[in-house]
Amino acid sequence: MSVTDVSPAVVVVGRAEDVPPGEGRTFVADGEQVAVFRLRNGSLHATQAACPHAGGPLADGQTDVDVLVCPLHQYAYRWSDGSSTSGAAPIRVYPVREVDGDLVVTV
Amino acid sequence: MTMTQTRGILGARLAGASTLHLDDDLDSRSRLVVVGNGMAGARFVEEVLERGGGEQFRITVFGDEPHGNYNRIMLSPVLAGESSEDDIVLNSHDWYADNGIDLRAGVRVERIDTAAKQVHAADGSVTAYDHLVLATGSYSWIPPMNGVRTDEGELLPGVYGFRTIDETRAMLEATSRCTRAVVMGGGLLGLEAARALQGHGMHVELVHAMPWLMNAQLSREAGSILEKSVEELGITVHLDVLATEVLGSEHVEGVVLKDGRRIDCDLLVVAAGVRPHTDVAVRSGLEVERAIVVDDQLRTDDPDVYAIGECAQHRGSVYGLVAPAWEHAKVLADVLTGTNPDAEYHGSRTATKLKVAGVDVAVMGINTPERDDDEFLVISEPKRGVHLSVVIRDDKLVGATLLGDTRKVAFLTQAFDRGAPLPEERIRLLVDLSDGAGSAHGELGVADMPHDSQVCNCNGVSKGDICGAVAGGCGSVGEVMDRTRAGKGCGSCASLVKQIVEWAADGDLAEDPAASWYVPGIPMPKPELMRAIREHDLRSVSAVFAMLAPGGKDDAKSKMGLTSLLKMIWGSDYLPEKDAEFINDRVHGNIQRDGTFSVVPQMKGGVTTPAQLRRIADVAEKYEVPMVKVTGGQRIDLLGVRKEDLPAMWNDLGMPSGYAYGKSFRTVKTCVGSDFCRFGLDDSTRLGIDLETRFQGIESPAKIKMAVVGCPRNCAEAYVKDVGVVAVGNGKWEVYVGGAAGASVRKGDLLATVEGRDAVIALAGRFLQYYRENANWLERTYDFVPRVGLEKLKLVLLEDGEGICAELEAGLQRSVDAYRDPWGQDAEEPATPGQFRPSLPLVALPKVSVR
Ligand code: SRM
Ligand SMILES: Cc1cc2nc3c(=O)[nH]c(=O)nc-3n(C[C@H](O)[C@H](O)[C@H](O)COP(=O)(O)OP(=O)(O)OC[C@H]3O[C@@H](n4cnc5c(N)ncnc54)[C@H](O)[C@@H]3O)c2cc1C
Ligand code: SF4
Ligand code: FES
Repeated sequence: MSVTDVSPAVVVVGRAEDVPPGEGRTFVADGEQVAVFRLRNGSLHATQAACPHAGGPLADGQTDVDVLVCPLHQYAYRWSDGSSTSGAAPIRVYPVREVDGDLVVTV
Repeated sequence: MTMTQTRGILGARLAGASTLHLDDDLDSRSRLVVVGNGMAGARFVEEVLERGGGEQFRITVFGDEPHGNYNRIMLSPVLAGESSEDDIVLNSHDWYADNGIDLRAGVRVERIDTAAKQVHAADGSVTAYDHLVLATGSYSWIPPMNGVRTDEGELLPGVYGFRTIDETRAMLEATSRCTRAVVMGGGLLGLEAARALQGHGMHVELVHAMPWLMNAQLSREAGSILEKSVEELGITVHLDVLATEVLGSEHVEGVVLKDGRRIDCDLLVVAAGVRPHTDVAVRSGLEVERAIVVDDQLRTDDPDVYAIGECAQHRGSVYGLVAPAWEHAKVLADVLTGTNPDAEYHGSRTATKLKVAGVDVAVMGINTPERDDDEFLVISEPKRGVHLSVVIRDDKLVGATLLGDTRKVAFLTQAFDRGAPLPEERIRLLVDLSDGAGSAHGELGVADMPHDSQVCNCNGVSKGDICGAVAGGCGSVGEVMDRTRAGKGCGSCASLVKQIVEWAADGDLAEDPAASWYVPGIPMPKPELMRAIREHDLRSVSAVFAMLAPGGKDDAKSKMGLTSLLKMIWGSDYLPEKDAEFINDRVHGNIQRDGTFSVVPQMKGGVTTPAQLRRIADVAEKYEVPMVKVTGGQRIDLLGVRKEDLPAMWNDLGMPSGYAYGKSFRTVKTCVGSDFCRFGLDDSTRLGIDLETRFQGIESPAKIKMAVVGCPRNCAEAYVKDVGVVAVGNGKWEVYVGGAAGASVRKGDLLATVEGRDAVIALAGRFLQYYRENANWLERTYDFVPRVGLEKLKLVLLEDGEGICAELEAGLQRSVDAYRDPWGQDAEEPATPGQFRPSLPLVALPKVSVR
């Protein structure tokens, strides 16, 4: 990565209603695959789409207010910083917000 | 971004938290500096604080590692994926701050100016001390091998020692990328690493320079029995050979052994022994032999400098275990705080009880006779992987080795530690000859254990200490463990601690409540939870969390179990929530390693038709299914189907789901039975189809598999199914329950012999419902049936001893009525937006190969 392209991209990836409550869906933002989750408490979270453990589809995982659980081997990752509760490699988390019903991700 | 930047710091403080320091000049306390924040250093600080040393000393701790203090012993279970990082933190950064200790985490000490009494650290800081304690521990020794280091002197990428959490994390991460590991070293650490990596599905080969495994602790004979057990795990063992060269320029590619053999690998773990960290002491002019030389008060040749733990050499001995390190910490805290200025350390007799690569091992003292009149008793059962031996000198136990069976360890440890008298019949030391009169497990009963016998070797906790804690008001095993620290080291004594606590409390004990909860997120056992759900009329998983979870907090790992329970309780009146389902249930297929799914159409009793086969063949072609396979459940699996193709595929198939993905009723396997087989006593195929029709799709605590066979030849394996039915002639059928032939193999128990097909269907239904209502989440019938007991089942299900049979039948009927084929349902209209949207659309992941 060169020095010039470090400025973050702010991308509209989809509509809020594309992500049902408690679930995740994968989108592409600026060439990156990003999984966006809407928790039952209304908060939005975005992570890298593939699990660092063995490539599991994180958008197919299960969620609660603290963690995201990968569907393949049940590794759990904290929303707060992407770290894994089991000491495995962390996932990337991206800022995400809702603007006029659009999902806006910063990658 | 590099890995180290994103890595969490174990036991870290929240961002922004800071510590206030007293102005140096105003503080009259003397300055105590500890170098090394490992298991000895941090324990020493705890011991000092316990003796009121916080008033006496201003304490500074230097730690090379950025983390708080963690339990190094538990790195093996962390590597194996059995413990989480968070569980092994002993002292977090907060703990240091709360106790007014200045923790310099991530700062390496370089040398000590003993004349000026100052510590020089790598960050350029200079810290004055009045008393200095070196607790620098050991590091993994990397034997000389060509190519093991890069030109910069770093280990070649892919090569790791096994000593720190950072190394453990790196190896864990490597398990997802790498497939073949070589572990160098057949001692405790090497074996632990090998087993952990193998558990992650890696191919593991172990290279040991000595002629047998764990040669430092075990005799040759015991070592070779251990070797057999290790090989049975699937780990290849190469003995008596050195590795001389590491291959690969950018990353490890293999190792070359001295005899010229080459072993390919993409991960190399070096566990060839440890060496004490003595560089600081050497540079500072302290006396160092194998380690830093100390006297009986742990003092080095400089009167104000002490050394404890693995970096210390006391009376010629250097220890590699935590128990001596913690004894050092106690004695030195006594001396420095003045609690007991004459306290002395006289060496440790190390008795270790470990689980090495899944095999129980306990060793103490010597392992072979050394003198002519030493008595030596050996019991060796290589087939069972058991090897027991004792060495006796002058009627005292001077050594014992227990491999594969450590039931006698409590008594032997005590005989070894205290010189307790030995039985005349020496064989009683190793086996029970009690004609069945002794305790059921052949163990020295906890009641008979002397008060002072040591239970936790790591923390030196005796049976008396544990009883004292119970008498002092500790009401649960957890509290006793917190109070006494028993079981908080390697954890191998945990079950003994539990037994003693239970015995001492004599029934007056709060159980660990979480153990009885149905799911981790709701603090209720299953019956209570079911009552609460009915009482509050909770029909969705989110309603259950809101009403019953502490703080109304949801919990990802509880959702699947709750969904199953609600479906059972409410039948079609349950309020579905997709996010409360596991992905398999959301899209009605089993997720595969690459994010695709498998499709298994229902094929009742394993019976199909040419038309059905033709349809499956057409669909497989149309959707380019990578593999079509006949399953062990007598149906056909279409594997590797893209998520987005699922609805169209179901439509084309026009067959109901076989539920091969759910915690639910699966299949009924059948044999051809009386219609075709010359031995068939009854129509097993028909009965199998009827059972499958009745129970299709019913959710249960774990999967349910059934089989029906036409005679006791058992061609469809009915004896090893959750429910197995065997025709015995004259319209009679035997019904077996609790059988399995998966990870556990168990022959089912004969519940009853009944007459007629309807009676079989009714009894199987009652059993199924009783299991659904009473089993723990994920408890298969092979655990449930022995737990409840066959007699109880017979009483409830056959004699209606509890008067609940009508209720059971009604409960089951509710679920039968609620059945709707999910494929027929969701194929028409998705349950949620994007239900079948790919979750990994763009990356080229390893695909299931096309056959
Ligand atoms: C497809 C099949 C293997 C095959 O190619 O034949 C299979 C495939 C899987 N089995 Fe199995 N089992 C299959 C028959 C069996 C059998 C044999 C049988 O049913 O007669 C057993 C032993 C019987 C038993 O269960 O007691 C069996 C014991 C297991 C176990 C061990 C369960 C246990 O508690 O002992 C697991 C692991 C688990 O459930 O946690 C498992 C898990 C799995 C999973 C679901 C692993 C997973 O979670 O992804 C595999 C899914 C592959 C896929 O993507 O579709 N499978 N599995 C068989 C499907 C049968 C079917 O038509 O439904
Ligand atoms: C995987 C594994 C499994 C084990 N299993 C068992 C077991 O089952 N039973 C058992 O009894 N023992 C076991 N052990 C051994 C046990 O962990 C050690 O005996 C114990 O940790 C020794 O404590 P210590 O404080 O002397 O050394 P350590 O715990 O290694 O602590 C030393 C610390 O000092 C730091 N340090 C070193 N030099 C400097 C410096 N110059 N400046 C600043 N800091 C420095 C190091 O970074 C380290 O953090 C195991 C060890 C490992 C690695
Ligand atoms: S035995 Fe079953 S679980 Fe194991 S790999 Fe084969 S199909 Fe998967
Ligand atoms: S792929 Fe995510 S946990 Fe294994």
